[in-house]
Amino acid sequence: MNIADIFLNYYQYFLRGTRTTIVVSLVTVFLGSILGCFVALLRLSRFRPLSGFARLYITVIRGTPLLVQLYIVYYQLHFIHYPEGTFLGVELARIMPPILALSINSAAYVAEVIRAGIQAVDAGQTEAALSCGMTQGQAMRYIVMPQAIKNILPAIGNEFITMVKETSIIQYLGISDLMYNNGIVVTATYNPLPCYYISAMFYLALNVILGKGLNIFEMRLKRSER
Amino acid sequence: MNGNDVLFEIRDLKKNFGALEVLRGISTDIRKGEVVVVIGPSGSGKSTFIRCLNLLEEPTSGQIIFEGTDCTDKSVKTHRHREKVGMVFQQFNLFNNLSVLENVTISLEKVKKLPAAQAKEKAMALLRRVGLEDKADAYPSQLSGGQKQRIAIVRAMALDPDVMLFDEPTSALDPEMVGEVLKVIQDLAREGVTMVVVTHEMGFARKVGTRILFMDEGVIAEEGTPEEIFEAPKNERTRDFLSKVINVI
Repeated sequence: MNIADIFLNYYQYFLRGTRTTIVVSLVTVFLGSILGCFVALLRLSRFRPLSGFARLYITVIRGTPLLVQLYIVYYQLHFIHYPEGTFLGVELARIMPPILALSINSAAYVAEVIRAGIQAVDAGQTEAALSCGMTQGQAMRYIVMPQAIKNILPAIGNEFITMVKETSIIQYLGISDLMYNNGIVVTATYNPLPCYYISAMFYLALNVILGKGLNIFEMRLKRSER
Repeated sequence: MNGNDVLFEIRDLKKNFGALEVLRGISTDIRKGEVVVVIGPSGSGKSTFIRCLNLLEEPTSGQIIFEGTDCTDKSVKTHRHREKVGMVFQQFNLFNNLSVLENVTISLEKVKKLPAAQAKEKAMALLRRVGLEDKADAYPSQLSGGQKQRIAIVRAMALDPDVMLFDEPTSALDPEMVGEVLKVIQDLAREGVTMVVVTHEMGFARKVGTRILFMDEGVIAEEGTPEEIFEAPKNERTRDFLSKVINVI
C-alpha cells in the first residue's frame, strides 16, 4: 500500500484521532492559560510565601518530564470523580486526567511568559501612573497590562503550538488521539512510514491554522494600539 | 509669611537602600508659591529626595508633613496624596499605549472621575497652552523629546496639583529642545505654581528659582536665594561644585 491507499482506506482513524487531539488541545490551552495567569499573579506577588510557592511550582514543572507528570497526575488523582458524558464526542472521564496533567504543565510556561511580559514594561510607566494618582490596580489595568499583552502574545502563541504537539503523549494513557490511531493503522498495514507522514501532515495543518489565527489576533492588537 | 502657607514640612528625612544611606537627615519647609531648585553632584540624593515627596520612594525614617498631615503615616492613602503632587520625570514616561490626548485624560477620568467630554475639553485646553493641540491624536513614539516632556508636564498639571515635582526634566533632551521645556516650566513658575525642581541647568536655577538647595552626600549642605548661592557660596563644597558646572570650557 502506498501513502494514498493508506489514507483513503484509513482516513476515518486519522480524523477521529484528530478530533480528540483538537478537543484536548483546546481545553488544555484554555485551562493552562487561566491557571498560568493565576500562577503569574502569585509569582509577582510581594507576599513572599505566595511568590515562593509559584517559583517552586515553576521549577518542579519545568524540571521534570511531561510524561512523568502525566503518569503522576493519572495515578495520584485517580480518586477524583470526573463528570460522566462526552464533549464533542470524546469521553470526559477518560480525557480529564491527561488534560489536567497537560494544563498543569502548560501553566508553568504560560506563567513565565506572562511574568516576563509584565516585567518587560518599563518601570517608569508604573511610576508615572502612580504619580498621576492611580492605584496599583489601575496602573496595572490601564497602563501596564495593555503594553504587556504585546510582549506576551507572540510567546504565548509558541506555547500553544507546543501544547498541540505535546498532546501526542496522551496515547500512553490509551486515549484515542491522533498518535494512538496512527498506531492502529501502523499495526493494520505493517507500513509505518506513510502513517507517520500522514499524522505529521495533520499536526502541521492544525498548527498552521492556529498560527494564522494568532497572527490575525496580533495584527488586530497592533492596529488598535499602534 | 505665616505658617499656613507651608505645603511641605520635611523633618529629618532619611532613606537607605540596603546598607547605602542615600538621604541622611533632610529638614526643610516648602511654602506655597516657592520655586525650590535642588542642585548638587550626582549621587548626592537629589532624585531620591524629590521621589520621597510623592512617596515613589518610601522614607526609611523621618516625617513628610504635607498640608498638615504626615503622609508617611500608614493610614494616609498614598494615591490620594499623589493626586495633589504632580511629577515630571527625566525619561518623560508618557504612557506608550495611549495617545497624547488619552495620556492627559486617563487620570482625569479614572482618578478624578470626570466625564469623558469634560476631561477632553480640559486636556485640549492645556495642550493648546503648550502649543501641542495638533498632536492630540499622535502616539508618544511619534513625538520628539521636547514634545514628550511638554505633554508630561500637561499630564501632571491636568490634575490641578498643589505642587509640581520636576526630576531633571531636561537631562534626557537634545540640547536644542531644552529651551522649549524650560520655558513651559518658567511660565508655570510665573503663574505662581509651587514647584521643586532637580536640575543641572544652572542658568534656569538662577533665573527661576526662589530658593536653592545644594545637596551633597545625602544632606542639604547649603541653602539660600539664588544670589546667595551663586554669588557668594559659603560652603566649600558648594563652591567646588559650582566651579565645576559653571564656566566649563
